Amino acid sequence: MSSNADPYKTSNKHLAPRPGFVLDVDRSSPPILFHHGDQFKLEKLPAGRSRVIYPPEPLEGLADPEGAIRHALANPIGDSEPLAALLHPDMKLTIAFDDISLPLPPMRRPDIRQRIIEAVLDLAAEAGVDDVHLIAALAIHRRMTEDELRHAVGDRVYDAFAPSGRLYNHDAEDPDGMVVLGETPHGEDVQFSRRAAESDLVVYVNINIVSMDGGHKSTATGLSGYTSLRHHHNVHTMRNSTSFMDQKNSALHASNWRMGEVIRDAGVKIFQIETTINNNTFGRTGPLSVLQKREWEWNAKDRASFIAMQKGLEVLPSKSRRKIFSSWQAPYEMTSIQAGEVEAVHEITTANVFKQQSVAVEGQTDILTMGLPYICPYNVNSIMNPILVMCLGLGYFFNMYRGKPLVREGGVLIMSHPTPWEFHPVHHPSYIDFFEEVLADTTDPIEIERKYEKKYAEDEWYIHLYRNSYAYHGVHPFYMWYWGSHALQHLGRVIVVGGDPAAVQRMGFQSASTLQDALEMASDVVGPQATITHVKNPPIFMSDVT
Amino acid sequence: MSPITRSLGRARALVARSGFPYRSAPTPNGVTPAPQRPRLGSDFDTSWARRYPARLTRAALVEGVMRPTMTILADPRVYGLDRLGQLDGPVIFAANHHSHADTPLMLTTIPDPWRHRTVVGAAADYFFGTRIGGTIAALTIGAIPIERTKVGRRSADMTRELIDDGWSLLIFPEGGRSPDGWGQPFRGGAAYLAIRCDVPVVPIHIQGTGRILRKGRILPQPSSTTVTFGDPLIAHDGENARRFAERLETAVAALADEATTDWWQARKRAHAGTSPDLTGPQAGAWRRIWALGKNDRQTQTRRRRWPNL
Repeated sequence: MSSNADPYKTSNKHLAPRPGFVLDVDRSSPPILFHHGDQFKLEKLPAGRSRVIYPPEPLEGLADPEGAIRHALANPIGDSEPLAALLHPDMKLTIAFDDISLPLPPMRRPDIRQRIIEAVLDLAAEAGVDDVHLIAALAIHRRMTEDELRHAVGDRVYDAFAPSGRLYNHDAEDPDGMVVLGETPHGEDVQFSRRAAESDLVVYVNINIVSMDGGHKSTATGLSGYTSLRHHHNVHTMRNSTSFMDQKNSALHASNWRMGEVIRDAGVKIFQIETTINNNTFGRTGPLSVLQKREWEWNAKDRASFIAMQKGLEVLPSKSRRKIFSSWQAPYEMTSIQAGEVEAVHEITTANVFKQQSVAVEGQTDILTMGLPYICPYNVNSIMNPILVMCLGLGYFFNMYRGKPLVREGGVLIMSHPTPWEFHPVHHPSYIDFFEEVLADTTDPIEIERKYEKKYAEDEWYIHLYRNSYAYHGVHPFYMWYWGSHALQHLGRVIVVGGDPAAVQRMGFQSASTLQDALEMASDVVGPQATITHVKNPPIFMSDVT
Repeated sequence: MSPITRSLGRARALVARSGFPYRSAPTPNGVTPAPQRPRLGSDFDTSWARRYPARLTRAALVEGVMRPTMTILADPRVYGLDRLGQLDGPVIFAANHHSHADTPLMLTTIPDPWRHRTVVGAAADYFFGTRIGGTIAALTIGAIPIERTKVGRRSADMTRELIDDGWSLLIFPEGGRSPDGWGQPFRGGAAYLAIRCDVPVVPIHIQGTGRILRKGRILPQPSSTTVTFGDPLIAHDGENARRFAERLETAVAALADEATTDWWQARKRAHAGTSPDLTGPQAGAWRRIWALGKNDRQTQTRRRRWPNL
């Protein structure tokens, strides 16, 4: 722990992590683990025409995260002075940080945000800065509860700032709290938090779990509102983002970058702090570690714990299962931290994300299968409703590619999830109406956008619930549907295995009882000897498809 | 006279009548007696207390007796354990000292993996002055004798051996309990040992134990307590024990400030060098006690001003 030690040294506590790989399924291949919401299934894939993509093993975390944080703040990247030099006593300092949607599942304490915010505040205290605000940059997501904020920033920071109203959730519908900074050359309005806009310095604290996160998106989306979001959270942008996880081919990314430039030109100075984590979602040891092991490497203990877990979950009511999984906190470790000027920082961050997540895959497939887990960015401590199932499968998992989609155009997507017709009434009130009213009318994203979006976005009751309760904004379910619009356009059919038939049908998908039935149904579209690719996600990974 | 007493008396008389080799031979005249190997104070042998039978007994005492007792008496609120997340291996825990309740409180508060592998630096002259006292201290709290007036070579060597063997050390650098509720200047022992053994020191602030069993009292009185763990400190290159001890004291003072205000205020004052001093105002006794009230959350509770009619 000497001061001369390499701050970015990894812990080297484990064997060298193995990269991800593609398994060609033959008759000797074992059944493959499929996540099925808050349950699990073992599925035998057809030999000779199936393959399974396995994620890379977790990289080593930094041995001294605190030292790495201090080093990053003192040695910024790009055109930026060290953070200490940007702080002075009579300044306005705003620290914004990622909300509950990152990371997934929530990580064990201490959260990375806490470590970084404490280090930033320590420097601010040293410089004698008095006017400090901390904002959860949640855009139009639901507000974070006290427990969730405490988990993210730690008790020390919460107790010091929240009681005096200096730590709070971003409010995108506060007429006095938002300001329009200008317009991009493409005519996109750039709306921004007034407090952040009027600050001498905005420090943004980010956790990058996928390559879409971070960069200008942190502030241009996180501290904005519907006025800005409607310009890139729309069907046109999503269909022109192939994929939105690939910055070079993402219209979403380009729009955020344009907005970021407007924010910068308006004089808002941003010191960006970005971190990456490994994909140690279920732990190298412990009760869920079996979920990130390769099936043929399960030992007797793994098999016993899996059987016990699977059978136990089968007999439990869904509420109890949800409670069990909601309590899981991932032992993620920080693999890199970089700070300074937004674009320079983000370039390195993205490279570090791919270092953990990239898997090379050759060629597309006719049928893509996926087992959807119990969590997505919008149901932390909540219910995974059918719209979020669609968003996770067709939005997130489908778009985890660079190059070409894993499944060919006109191919079939089979996802395994119970898809219950169930909604969290506090978190997702507008989702209920979206499901009952909008999807009952049409599932076409363009039609939905044209006919219903404005009405939901400007609904006074949804705005009230967003601002004062813990509800996602009225327009949020629309964005979830748009998130899957690229996949909807690309695919020939979507089949949900084990889902509630009524809920699945409402979304315009087909329902199957078993994977074998689903493959049989898929053969109507792609023929009887179609190739099959299964993405064994989570832990999360990105396919580089050539 | 009972039969047992009679039997004992007869046995004693028999031994008294019998001579060497049943009894030790007296030193011949003109011969200088061989020096007695000192067995008390800093020479008290405590190695037996770190063998498994004693450790098991101590673990049972800590978990079965001290923990429920502390829960009832001290109702501890513990902050800052996350700051120990990166520590690996033995450390020195250095806390301020108000009361005999501090040690059991710390032994039940220090988290795993250190809790059952920690020895307590105890004043050699106070705890190890008698065989019985030393044995009880070594068995129940895992005490080892530390000279409080100086850092003796024996104490330092023993501590180093223990730390090399994977044991952590809990020490109270003030050298004794607070006489009036305010802290006392930190002595250099903890810092010296940390430098010598090349291990981090975890500063700890304990608040409220003075109300439970302050110096001079015999019966404890229940009261709430707060334990705040600080960021581990490591001696800088070339830093001497005196300087490191000052830094340690400053860190504990900042934790005391954090416990009475909040983390942000405490950090600002720590950087500005204006953290309230642990040792209190340099004033007369009554003014020191008066000033103590401001820092004491317990005394801030509203008192009934009218009789209950």
